[in-house]
Amino acid sequence: MKSIADINEIRAKMQAQICLRDNSDMEKEIHIIVGMGTCGLNAGARTVFNALVDEVETKNIKGVLVTRTGCMGNCADEPVVEVHVPGKETVKYTKVNAEKAVEIINNLVKA
Amino acid sequence: MYRTHILVCGGTGCHSNNSGKIREAFEQQIKEKNLQDDVLVVGTGCFGLCAVGPIIIIYPEGAFYSGIKVEDVPEIIEEHIIKGRLVDRLLYHEKALGNKTVKSLSDTNFYKKQTRVALRNCGVINPEVIDEYIARDGYQALIKCLTELDPQQVIDIVKASGLRGRGGAGFPTGVKWQFAKNQNNDTKYVCCNADEGDPGAFMDRSVLEGDPHAVLEAMTIAGYAIGSHQGYIYVRAEYPIAVERLKIAIAQSREYGLLGDNILGTGFAFDIELKLGSGAFVCGEETALMTSIEGHRGEPRPRPPFPAVKGLFAKPTILNNVETYANITQIILNGPEWFAAMGTERSKGTKVFALGGKIVNTGLVEIPMGTTLREIIEDIGGGIPNDKKFKAAQTGGPSGGCIPAEHLDIPIDYDNLISIGSMMGSGGMIVMDEDNCMVDIAKFFLEFTVDESCGKCTPCRIGNRRLLEYLDKITSGKATMQDLDDMEQLCYYIKSNSLCGLGQTAPNPVLSTLRYFRDEYEAHIKEHRCPAHVCKKLIQFKITDKCIGCSACSRKCPVNAITGEIKKKFDINQEKCVKCGQCIATCKFGAIIKE
Repeated sequence: MKSIADINEIRAKMQAQICLRDNSDMEKEIHIIVGMGTCGLNAGARTVFNALVDEVETKNIKGVLVTRTGCMGNCADEPVVEVHVPGKETVKYTKVNAEKAVEIINNLVKA
Repeated sequence: MYRTHILVCGGTGCHSNNSGKIREAFEQQIKEKNLQDDVLVVGTGCFGLCAVGPIIIIYPEGAFYSGIKVEDVPEIIEEHIIKGRLVDRLLYHEKALGNKTVKSLSDTNFYKKQTRVALRNCGVINPEVIDEYIARDGYQALIKCLTELDPQQVIDIVKASGLRGRGGAGFPTGVKWQFAKNQNNDTKYVCCNADEGDPGAFMDRSVLEGDPHAVLEAMTIAGYAIGSHQGYIYVRAEYPIAVERLKIAIAQSREYGLLGDNILGTGFAFDIELKLGSGAFVCGEETALMTSIEGHRGEPRPRPPFPAVKGLFAKPTILNNVETYANITQIILNGPEWFAAMGTERSKGTKVFALGGKIVNTGLVEIPMGTTLREIIEDIGGGIPNDKKFKAAQTGGPSGGCIPAEHLDIPIDYDNLISIGSMMGSGGMIVMDEDNCMVDIAKFFLEFTVDESCGKCTPCRIGNRRLLEYLDKITSGKATMQDLDDMEQLCYYIKSNSLCGLGQTAPNPVLSTLRYFRDEYEAHIKEHRCPAHVCKKLIQFKITDKCIGCSACSRKCPVNAITGEIKKKFDINQEKCVKCGQCIATCKFGAIIKE
C-alpha cells in the first residue's frame, strides 16, 4: 500500500518522463537539433545526442527540446549541433563531442 | 530515460484497424535496432480523429501520422526515429508544413476549437499504467478531498460548478449527491452508468478505454461525499477493451491502496466492482440498471422512490454517467469557478460528442457548451463529404430528435436543444445530408426502440409497434393523411403514458422529423414519392437514352432483371428488380437513374 507521500513521489518522477508529450508551447522553446544522418552517426552523433539529453535532464532545465535531424550538409564537420533560441540568431556548432555538448548546455543556462 | 515516445492509438476504432499489430511491430523493431532504452512505445486511448486512423504521434516533435499500416513501421523507424526526418507522405495532411516543422496538434482545425476536460488524458497516457495517470495529477483530487475537505464541502464544490448529468437528462450532479448524503443509512452505493446504448455513440467507451482511473477516482470521491463504501460500474460486455482496462485499473488501484479498507492510510474505505451488462438498451435507464445489478431481469420500476432514497438493494444510491465522473476530478482540482466559466448560463463546462454519419472527420470531439452546431459540423467536423448539402443532425439517439439547417447557429446546451425539439442525450451526433430520407431515419430509430422495449408497460410495448406500422405504411406509399394525424396523436399518448424514459422518449424521432420535415411525409403519402430516393417501395430504377447497350449492368444484376440487345438500349423488369443499386454503380455512362 502506498502513502500520500509515495503517490507524490511517483508523480514527480513520472512527470519528468511524460512532459515530453506536451509540445503545446513549442514556439517558446529552445530547440537543439543534432545532425544524425549516416555521416553524423558515424562521427559519434548518438553520444552527443545522449549527452545533451542527459545534461538537460540532470540540470532539470525546462523549455529545451532536443531532437534529431538528417544530414545538415557539413559532413566533414560532423557531429553538428544547431541551437535555436527564440529571438536570437541560430548557432551551429561543429565537431561536437560529449564534453562540448555539456558546455553548450552550460552556456545556454548562463545566457 | 527515453528520448522519444511513440504513441499508438489503442481505442476501439484504431484497434479494429490493426493498431495492436502496429504497436507490436514498433516494439519488436525498436528492439532489433537496439533502441529500447531510447524509445518508448505507448498504447493510448482514443485521439478522437477516428476517421483517419490508425493514428500514431511521435514526441517530442509532435508528428501526427495517420492511416498507418504495419508495412509503414520500418520506414518510420529508419527515417524518423533514426535519422530524424519526418515521413511526409504519412503525416496527417494538415500537419505537413514544409520539411522541418510540424504544426502543433492543438492548431489543427479538428482540435483548435475543442476544450478537453473529460478527454484530457485520452491519447496522452497509457491507460494501463497507473503511474502515467498519477503524473497527470491523477489521484490528487482524491488526496485533496480526503485530507482537506469534509464531505459537505466536496458536495458544495460540485454544486457550485453547475455540473449537470452527462447521460442525457441533465440533472444537477451536486443536488443528486446531496439527496443521497442526507439519507440516514449505514449502507449506500455509488454506481456508474457505462451502459452506453445509443446507436452511434461512443464517448463513454473512449473515456473508459483512455482514462479508466479518472472514473475510479471520481467514484471514490463520490463515495466519500455521500458516505458510501461500495461502488459498482455497470458496463456492457460489448466493450471488451474498456472492460479489460477497467479490470487492470481496479487491480492497480487496489495494489496502490487507492481502493480498499484504508485508502492512503486515511481510514476511508471504498471498493469498486464491475458488473457486465449484456447490451439491453433499457438497462441504461437508471432503475432498470440497478435491477440488473441486483441480479434480476433488467426492467424499470416506477419512480418515486428515487434511487437517492431507495435505489440499489433498496439502499440510497447515486448513479452517474461515465462522462459526468470524468469531470469531477478536474472540478475539485481547478475549482468550481474554473468549470463554471465555461459554457452557457444554465449549462456549464464541456460536452463530448461522437460525430458520425455524413461528415469528413468522424470521431470524438469535446467542445465547451454554447458552441454552435455549425462550428462542430463545418469547422471541427470538416463539413459534409462529396459536396453534398447538409440536411439535419440527429442528437440524443433514439430518444432525441433532428436539428434542421435553420437551427445550425443555435448555441448547444441542454435547454436550447430541448426548445428545438431534440435533446442533448449522451452525445451521439449523426449528420445527415440530402441523400437521407427523414421518414426512413425516424423508422430506423423506432425499429431500434421496438426491438429494445422491455415489454413491461403497454404503451411502449404495443404503442411503439403500432407507430412503426404507420411508418411502414407511409414508406410503402399506402398511408393516408388521416394516418398521419392518428400517428401524431399516438406519439403523444406513448410519451405521456410509458413507465420509463425509453418509452417516454421513443416517439421523439418521429415528432421532430414531423415538425421540420412534414413535407417529406406528405410527399410519401400524397405523391407516393420518396424525395431522397431511399424508400425502396417508392423508387424505380430506369435506363435512359444514354445507354449504349454494353450489357455491363445486366451481367451484374443479381436477379437478372435487366435484359436487352447489345448496342441497343437495355430495359429493367420492374417486377423482378430488388432495387439493390448495383446497376447504377456498374454503369460507366450514368445511364441508369433512380426516380
